[in-house]
Amino acid sequence: MTFLDRSRNPKLTFLAHPHPHSPDKPILKVEGLTVEYDSGAALDNLDFMLQRGERLAVVGPNGAGKSTLFKVIAGILRPSRGLVEVAGHEPGGHICIAYVPQRTQVDWNFPATVADVVMMGRAGKLGLLRWPTTHDWKLVRQALATVRLLDLADRQIQQLSGGQQQRMFIARALAQEAELILMDEPLTGLDSRAQEELFSVLDMLHEQGVTVMVALHDLKIAGERFDRVMLLNRHLVGIGSAETVLDPAHLVDAYGSHLRLLPGTDGTLALGDSCCDDGDHDHA
Amino acid sequence: MLETLLQPLQYPFMLRGMAAAVLVGIVCAVLGAYVVLRGMAFFGDALAHAILPGLAVGYLVGGGAREPLFWWALGTAVVTSLGIGAVSRNARIKEDTSIGIIFAGMFALGIALISSVRSYTVDLAHFLFGDVLGVGSQDLLLTAIFGGLVLLVVFLFYKEFMVLAFDPVLAATLRLPARLLDNILIVLIAVAIVVSLQTVGVALMVAMLVTPAATAFLLTRRLWKMMGLAALIAALSAVVGLYLSYYLNVASGAAIVLTCTAVFLLVWAATSLNRRVRAVAR
Repeated sequence: MTFLDRSRNPKLTFLAHPHPHSPDKPILKVEGLTVEYDSGAALDNLDFMLQRGERLAVVGPNGAGKSTLFKVIAGILRPSRGLVEVAGHEPGGHICIAYVPQRTQVDWNFPATVADVVMMGRAGKLGLLRWPTTHDWKLVRQALATVRLLDLADRQIQQLSGGQQQRMFIARALAQEAELILMDEPLTGLDSRAQEELFSVLDMLHEQGVTVMVALHDLKIAGERFDRVMLLNRHLVGIGSAETVLDPAHLVDAYGSHLRLLPGTDGTLALGDSCCDDGDHDHA
Repeated sequence: MLETLLQPLQYPFMLRGMAAAVLVGIVCAVLGAYVVLRGMAFFGDALAHAILPGLAVGYLVGGGAREPLFWWALGTAVVTSLGIGAVSRNARIKEDTSIGIIFAGMFALGIALISSVRSYTVDLAHFLFGDVLGVGSQDLLLTAIFGGLVLLVVFLFYKEFMVLAFDPVLAATLRLPARLLDNILIVLIAVAIVVSLQTVGVALMVAMLVTPAATAFLLTRRLWKMMGLAALIAALSAVVGLYLSYYLNVASGAAIVLTCTAVFLLVWAATSLNRRVRAVAR
């Protein structure tokens, strides 16, 4: 990433007073969302809604537009057409939306401790020219305790394991007082124990009413661990329970010839997603 | 020994030069932390070179007077830095390419202008390689004022600059005014370059921005510690470099930069060795 690259955030406005929330409105409402790049449509006419505290898995092949969708919801990319509302207002005015980056997008050599990175989440609430108070440090410690990283608060970030790194970013989202957390491929490269720890943190977020959207490659985990599944391939193939969305007709629609349907031992289908092991290649 | 250390200090020009070099070292090192972390070394180098035509015009207009040059350099640096920023946002041309075009073009313009004056070689050398022993009281005052301003702004926007350097996407989701902060950082670099001009000159300027900061980067794990240690390394290198320059009779700017480079190489070798030893012990 070049240091002056703002071409993807055409409208970044600074707001001293972030949008208020309308409690009667859904946390996320998307209508007719279309994003077009020079190379064609990255997202085509998406409609869906998310309720507070919901856990949504977003699956689809490479280039399906998952990252683009997240950028639009985070308010850092303007859609070509359509409506996106977070708690009743357009996303660009919120500071309650957190984006958890893929681990490969982060410079782990950066001179910062775990607590420093979590404190970065407070920068929006603090405002310009303000320094963190004891209240802010207390929130940071609480966030670290929630993701069970308090004893590693003073470590340099490179010393964390993959799962700990993901939990640190969730703590940063908590310090940000985020109500909608977007996670891009958080399970990539984590062993099953680290994945379990991550899911127990996601359960805790669910109890606190935080809404979570997670981009995933693993369809089995998407079906088992999330309230709803969204199947995306530039257009919305389906959204709902895993049984209704992840049926063979939908999957062939989304993955096309890359998909291998294998008969499972107990009559269900095991899904070989052979095309998607090398990271996300969205046009974004 | 004491005699060796004290002897150069009996000259007022040496004292002024040392004060300027230490001041400049500290300012560049602190700001240099961001230059290193954000990969802006080439930008800093280019900006330093691009000041030359401003100096040349000021030199020609003022008939060789030194005092107005600071303001000419400052004006050129700020305009050029924001210009490079604007061109870099053009999506078609890559950032380092556009920097290269503007940097070489401006530098050539500077040389062309200066070479139009008959006795240009001596003055050109001063612009290119610095003339720390020619620092006057007025220069020192300006260096202190503008250097202090740079440090103050770095302090005020510490958390914003840190977020922008670590995670621009977070800066965007927190609705930080990223474009404005980027421009502030660029102007700070421009000001730091101008105050350093007399100490090391445009050709070696980038070393003051990156070498002490990179050395501290190898040794520290937090941003403010990196800045503090970089400032300490730069200040010590300035003093040691000037003594070396005095006794070995080499150019002062080169001596300061070579001292910084030697410190970096030592630290780099030591940390690499340490990592190897640890890896073997494991």
